[in-house]
Amino acid sequence: MTEVAMRNGLVLAGILFSLGLTSLLVRRNLIFVLMSLEVMLNAAGLAFVVAGARWHQADGQIMFLFILAMAAAEVAVGLALAVEIYRRFKSLDVDKLSNMKG
Amino acid sequence: MELAFYIAGAVAVLSTILMLTRLNIVHALLYLIVSLLAVAVVFYVLGAPFVAALEVIVYAGAIMVLFVFVVMMLNLGKHSVEVERQWLTPGIWTGPVLLAGVLLIEVVYLMRGVPAASGSGAVDPKAVGTALFGPYLIGVDLASMLLLAGLVGAYHVGFRKSEKSGNRTGDAT
Repeated sequence: MTEVAMRNGLVLAGILFSLGLTSLLVRRNLIFVLMSLEVMLNAAGLAFVVAGARWHQADGQIMFLFILAMAAAEVAVGLALAVEIYRRFKSLDVDKLSNMKG
Repeated sequence: MELAFYIAGAVAVLSTILMLTRLNIVHALLYLIVSLLAVAVVFYVLGAPFVAALEVIVYAGAIMVLFVFVVMMLNLGKHSVEVERQWLTPGIWTGPVLLAGVLLIEVVYLMRGVPAASGSGAVDPKAVGTALFGPYLIGVDLASMLLLAGLVGAYHVGFRKSEKSGNRTGDAT
């Protein structure tokens, strides 16, 4: 793993992360927001794995495993909340959730 | 090997861009699955085959199944059959199939060509397992507790008293 390949991997992780961030800011659907979060977490894990491959250590892959577990827990709770919000508001538009009264 | 990295990265970026420009959720989910598979190929090229397998199994498998399940469950309207027919038109799935075909060709080439993926930076699964259950054992415990908390939390949010739910009595969450 040369220096150039590591830089390219980090550039790829940055592109994916910024794409996910753009989608997170642009889209108004709650499911799209959760999918953008998945893309961003995946990009962060890619950066960890690239760095782990650069220094021949297993720590980067272990950090990716922890990110994986965290993403699984997050998406389970997030999708349960999305189902509940859809039942209550009959919509997944995040703009309609702006008032949190009661 | 460098070329494989660039092709898989291009597929990942392209499918992510196509994902965030779709209007239909299921179309976006197809492109998101292709994007995760492309990142798995990138992991394999970088010399992390264990993480590549976990990416396919957990991310593109389990988490995407959760997404598809919720999307299908929320789509209980009267237009459901019509929408289903609309999703199965060939124009919808040709894009993800083409991108996934590029990834398949690349994986077959990598499997046949080079036995050990990018030998310089490769970390084998044995080293990962040894480190995971050695110095990182407390992290594994914490991850299991986090998953248990996520399970309990999702059940608590999805739980609903039977008198409040109208037509949907059996809570499928």
